[in-house]
Amino acid sequence: MKALVGNNGRRARRSDWLGSAKNLKDQDIDARQPQTRLDASMKSASCEREIIARILTGETDLFHELIRPCERMVYLTVLSMMKDEAEAEDVTQEAMLKAFRALRSFHAEAKFSTWLVAIALNEGRRRLRIAGRAPLESLDEQASEQEGDFTPAVLTDWREIPLEALERKEIRQALVEAVGQLPAIYRQVFTLRDIEELDVKETAEALEISANVVKVRLHRARMLLQKRLAPLLKAAVPVRKRFFWSTT
Amino acid sequence: MKLRCEHVWSYISEYIDDAVDTELREEIEKHLEHCEICSAVLDSTRNILVLTADERTFELPVGFSERLHARLAKELVAAKIDGESPENPSP
Ligand SMILES: [Zn+2]
Repeated sequence: MKALVGNNGRRARRSDWLGSAKNLKDQDIDARQPQTRLDASMKSASCEREIIARILTGETDLFHELIRPCERMVYLTVLSMMKDEAEAEDVTQEAMLKAFRALRSFHAEAKFSTWLVAIALNEGRRRLRIAGRAPLESLDEQASEQEGDFTPAVLTDWREIPLEALERKEIRQALVEAVGQLPAIYRQVFTLRDIEELDVKETAEALEISANVVKVRLHRARMLLQKRLAPLLKAAVPVRKRFFWSTT
Repeated sequence: MKLRCEHVWSYISEYIDDAVDTELREEIEKHLEHCEICSAVLDSTRNILVLTADERTFELPVGFSERLHARLAKELVAAKIDGESPENPSP
């Protein structure tokens, strides 16, 4: 059952994405330095360590390849904190440069992506402080860390909404909006755990909160999303049976 | 002990993550067998998680990656890795 949420289908699409990123790499980097070409399997930790070692001895162009698999994760995490796309993009760029400069302090026992996400979150917090905006989390914390209503929408049956429904823009938009409307403390945990698939420990480390807090916030985030989205999706995606009835 | 629906709801997230112990898992599953409400809540939650996790749902801004790598290409040349050691001078 875990596999249903964690793995099915998603891995394939993730590698599709890596594939398209590779095309991009072919254009803008390999044209200059064909010897730096790396295959997409560089994700494994030992390979990651090797690339980092090579960057540290002067092959700085390899940094492009090192971060490519993490771009999406870093951006979405920052976005879950800033909410503004342009700002989140800028913070992502800045965080990547900071990570480059700090690369020697990366220790191999950590996961590179988690380390990168932590740097990005710090950069995001720094920006919010400079702009005189309180980090979103401290505001929500007062508002919703107390007991609230985290009960689901009560339904008596559920028809599976297939992934093909995502071809419809209004369905994607409904999902994005529902996540966007979560209180920031829940949105961040949800983004790391359920969109970017970090485990509880990694999420706790990146957000500097305890594993238990991760679990509580994740539960609430999931319940808030179910409550909002289940009725909405049910109404938006027609039951297939009706289609067959109307044509027979 | 018989689980009530509210109890099952409070464990849904951990149940999905396979983080409940065997005993509780069995009780939840027993409850799910005869409770269509909890089954629908569980199925819809799981379904929503699959949909939100799909790469099509959250898209990167158009040109995001190109802009990021262009900036890196420009700035990595001048950027220095902190703590450069004398044994590994940068070229
Ligand atoms: Zn029930």
